[in-house]
Amino acid sequence: MLGTTILLALREIRRHILRSILTTLGIIIGVAAVVTMVTVGNGVTAQVQENIASLGASNFVVFPVRTNRGAPRPFDDGDVRAVTQQIAGVDIAAGNAGASATAFYNGQDWDTRVQGGNNDLLEAQSVKIAEGRPFTVQEQEAGNAVCLLGLKVREAIFPPGTSPVGARMRLGNVSCQVIGVMEERGQGGGGQDDDDTVYMPLKTVQRRFKGNDKLDFFVVKYDPAYEAKVIQDSLVDLLRERRLLQGAEPNDFNVIDTAQINQTLGAVTGALTVMVAIIASISLLVGGIGIMNIMLVSVTERTREIGIRLAIGALAREVRLQFLTEAVVLCALGGLAGIGLGFLASLGLTAAIEVPFVFDPVINIISFVFAAGMGIVFGYYPASRASKLDPIDALRHE
Amino acid sequence: MSAEPLIELKGITKTFGSGAAAFQALKGVDLTIMRGEFVAVMGPSGSGKSTTMNILGCLDVPTAGVFRFKGVEVQKLDRDQRSLLRRRYLGFVFQGFNLLARTTALENVELPLVYRGESKAARRAAAMRALDQVGLVPWADHTPAELSGGQQQRVAIARALVTQPDVLLADEPTGNLDSERSVEIMELLRRLNADGITILMVTHEEDMAAYAGTIVRFRDGLVERIERGALAAQGSPA
Repeated sequence: MLGTTILLALREIRRHILRSILTTLGIIIGVAAVVTMVTVGNGVTAQVQENIASLGASNFVVFPVRTNRGAPRPFDDGDVRAVTQQIAGVDIAAGNAGASATAFYNGQDWDTRVQGGNNDLLEAQSVKIAEGRPFTVQEQEAGNAVCLLGLKVREAIFPPGTSPVGARMRLGNVSCQVIGVMEERGQGGGGQDDDDTVYMPLKTVQRRFKGNDKLDFFVVKYDPAYEAKVIQDSLVDLLRERRLLQGAEPNDFNVIDTAQINQTLGAVTGALTVMVAIIASISLLVGGIGIMNIMLVSVTERTREIGIRLAIGALAREVRLQFLTEAVVLCALGGLAGIGLGFLASLGLTAAIEVPFVFDPVINIISFVFAAGMGIVFGYYPASRASKLDPIDALRHE
Repeated sequence: MSAEPLIELKGITKTFGSGAAAFQALKGVDLTIMRGEFVAVMGPSGSGKSTTMNILGCLDVPTAGVFRFKGVEVQKLDRDQRSLLRRRYLGFVFQGFNLLARTTALENVELPLVYRGESKAARRAAAMRALDQVGLVPWADHTPAELSGGQQQRVAIARALVTQPDVLLADEPTGNLDSERSVEIMELLRRLNADGITILMVTHEEDMAAYAGTIVRFRDGLVERIERGALAAQGSPA
């Protein structure tokens, strides 16, 4: 009986195909909006989480900031050593100093960023070597002109299919030897492209590019068994002491907890999701009213048919079920179309903003069930009206 | 014939509206119909024949009086129970055919069986048998728009027959047909009656009423006269 009713509903919908499509447009758009926003949101979250992971999971990033007392005071190697030695739970503290430079090889050039960082920084930031080798201790201590290429730089100046390892290239006016290529990392936490970079030992960059022994920032990787808050407090106390800050003076540096970025991001994503849900509900409400309207029209148009069905012995609830099924099938088809549209839209959008496409089956199922549920909610009144028609009047209806 | 009447109306009244606007369509109708009868109901417009047919068809209930169908007091049944009664025992043929548009003859005939919950195969077989009874098997896949008026009415009769009802109610079945088609339909009804179906038919035309064994004449909400067997005994008037 239900199978027959569904077939009947599909036939009615096909008979008025244009009307059916226009009617379900609200639901199609509502569902597509939800699916798209959630999928793209998931992609953005995944991307940012990946970036944070590239900063390192349980990491602090410490950098100087400007205060009302003047320009930011940079950290140096001494600060990093003190952190490593004096704070319990710190696995790695590693400094970074960077400069802009143009990379040249064999007539090709490419503007990029040279970053000074030793193997411990690469480890703290989860940088992997795809090809070649990391720095040696000797290279790090001597400040040798050796470099690890980001993927973008390698693609920009080295011909495809050849290994750049062992080649001599030029960075600004520093000649250096390529010892390796880094794995792809994607967009960085600050929006920069982490593949568009060249790493050299810290000392090399400080000497040859910066001309001092200062750091731009340093990364602290701690043992996850320790509580982040405790380590952060010790870190702040130690740095205040080393920078001779008095009691009431504000910190002239920032400590960013990557785990905290994660939480903040979660909160932002949550707020966005709520907003999308509200917009989508309005769209679905409008769509639902459209369904109710067209179902009322359909009941009126088919009054005679209802009369015939009642006369030959259909029960009120059977007539109600027929129209309710039609509304639900219509909404469910709208839901499916919305999911399809949302799928395509999120594929396009994630590609456009270069975040991963993360298919979320849950939101697709929820959207579909919700759309079908709209059919019950907004189809009930018209269906109930159809079932209450008087067969004699309905048969006389022109 | 068995002593138990198939249909029994006793003191049936029907009032539409209320207060000053109230209109009494039936003013106390008594009528008994036995199994196997072919009854033609006649009378001028407003005489109460349609109201009586609606009550006999369990589509409407009397304001007062007793309507027994197979011994069951129909006026005491609720809407769904009357639906089930129609589904089980009654078949309807209307003046305007009332077939579902854009639906094949076969599917139209199958329709009552859908509500009986029969399987598709059983429905199809029964519908083809019914179409065979009215001689329309070759037109099974045609929609009403592709059929003549007479053919449409035969589809409607097949639809009424498919459930093997006890009673066929026909409301001016030839009202929309020319005389040749009308005769075809009446011959068909008479054949079905001969096979045992009780037929109640409203008609304006004496020619058509002549096919019936019993003619019930209505006037002003009352049964004016019942003529039994007189004309039918003479056979076809054609």
